[in-house]
Amino acid sequence: MHHLKYTLATAACLLSIQPALAQKTASEGIDEYRAMLADGNPSELFEAKGEDLWKKKRGPKSASLEKCDLGKGPGIVKGVFVELPRYFADTNRVQDLESRLLTCMDSLQGLDVAEIAKTPFNKGEQNNVTALATWIAAESKGMRFNLPYSHAKEKEFYEVGKRLFFQRSGPHDFSCSSCHGEEGKRIRLQDLPILTKNPGDGVGFAAWPAYRVSNGQMWSMQQRLNDCYRQQRFPYVLFGSDVTIALSTYLGVNAKGAVSVAPAIKR
Amino acid sequence: MADPMRIRAQASGDKATIRVLMSHEMESGLRKDGSGNTIPAWYIQEVTASHNGKQVFSAEWGPAVSKNPFLQFVLKGAKAGDKISVSWKDNKGETRTDEATVS
Repeated sequence: MHHLKYTLATAACLLSIQPALAQKTASEGIDEYRAMLADGNPSELFEAKGEDLWKKKRGPKSASLEKCDLGKGPGIVKGVFVELPRYFADTNRVQDLESRLLTCMDSLQGLDVAEIAKTPFNKGEQNNVTALATWIAAESKGMRFNLPYSHAKEKEFYEVGKRLFFQRSGPHDFSCSSCHGEEGKRIRLQDLPILTKNPGDGVGFAAWPAYRVSNGQMWSMQQRLNDCYRQQRFPYVLFGSDVTIALSTYLGVNAKGAVSVAPAIKR
Repeated sequence: MADPMRIRAQASGDKATIRVLMSHEMESGLRKDGSGNTIPAWYIQEVTASHNGKQVFSAEWGPAVSKNPFLQFVLKGAKAGDKISVSWKDNKGETRTDEATVS
C-alpha cells in the first residue's frame, strides 16, 4: 500500500513537471529577454548623439561631416551602411564605415585621426566615432546587405579576409571559424552565427553596432572584431587596420541579402 | 550639460503609454577604476513626469538602477496632442527636462 502511494505521488509530480520542461529552451528564454530589452534600446541615445555630431561644426577647420562621402556621394547617408566596406578611389583603399569616418574627420574637419585611432574604445573621441557609426547604421535599418564586390581590391580584401577567418593561431590555436564555422556553437548562452555564409536577417554582421546591456557600452563592428581577437588571445588589432577591414569585407559579402537590424541590442 | 532623453508617448483608448530613455552614467559608487580608486557615486535621485503641466508621476531612484535607464508607465486620461514632460535630478544636483507630445 505504501508502495502504491509512493508511485501515485511520483506520477502526479511527473505530470505537473512535464509541461514546465516542455515550455522553452534556454535560448528561447534569452530571445524573450532580448525582445523585452529591445523596446527601450539605449542605442537610440547614441543615434541622437551621432546625428548631432554629423551636423556639428568641429575640429580645426570648423566643418561638419555633411559633405562626407561614404560611398554613395557626398552627404548621402541612407543606404551606405549595407554597402560597406567598399573601395574608395580617393584614398585608393577598401574602407569600412569607421575607417571612412576617420578619413572624413581628417579631410573635412582637420582632426588628428592618428590620435583617434590610438585612443582606446569607449574613451574620448572614440565614443564620437561609435556614435556616428550608430546613427549612420540606423539610417539603413531594414535594408538588405549588398556589398559592391566588383573592384579588384574588394576581391583581394575578401580573399585575405577569408584566409584570416580560417587562420589558426595564438596560444589557444584558435581561428574565427573555431566558433563561427559550424552549426549549433555557443559561448555560455549566446548562440554563435555561422559567418561563412549568410547567417540570416539581423544576425552576425547585420547586427553591429550594438548596445551591450551587461556593460552599458555601445560597440561598433571595429570593437566587435577587436574583442573577438582578444578572446582568441591574439595581439591587439589596430583600429581601422587592413586586417579588420578584410575580415569585415569577408563577413559583409557573405551576409549578402541579410536584413540589417543595426543598431541592435545584446545581452 | 546632460544629453537629451528620448520620450515616446502613444495614446490608445483613454490611456497613453509613456516610454522614456534617459542618458546617464548611473555610477553606483561601488566600482573601482583601472588604478583602484573608487569611482564616486553619480546617479539619478528624483524623476518626475507631468501631463499638461500637472505632475502625475514621481519616483525616488537609487544607485541600483542601470546605466541609461528606461522607464515606462501608463497614464490614464491622456490623449493625442497632450504635452508630457519628464525631469530628473541626480545626486550632483544636475537636472534635465524634456518634453514630448502624445501621438
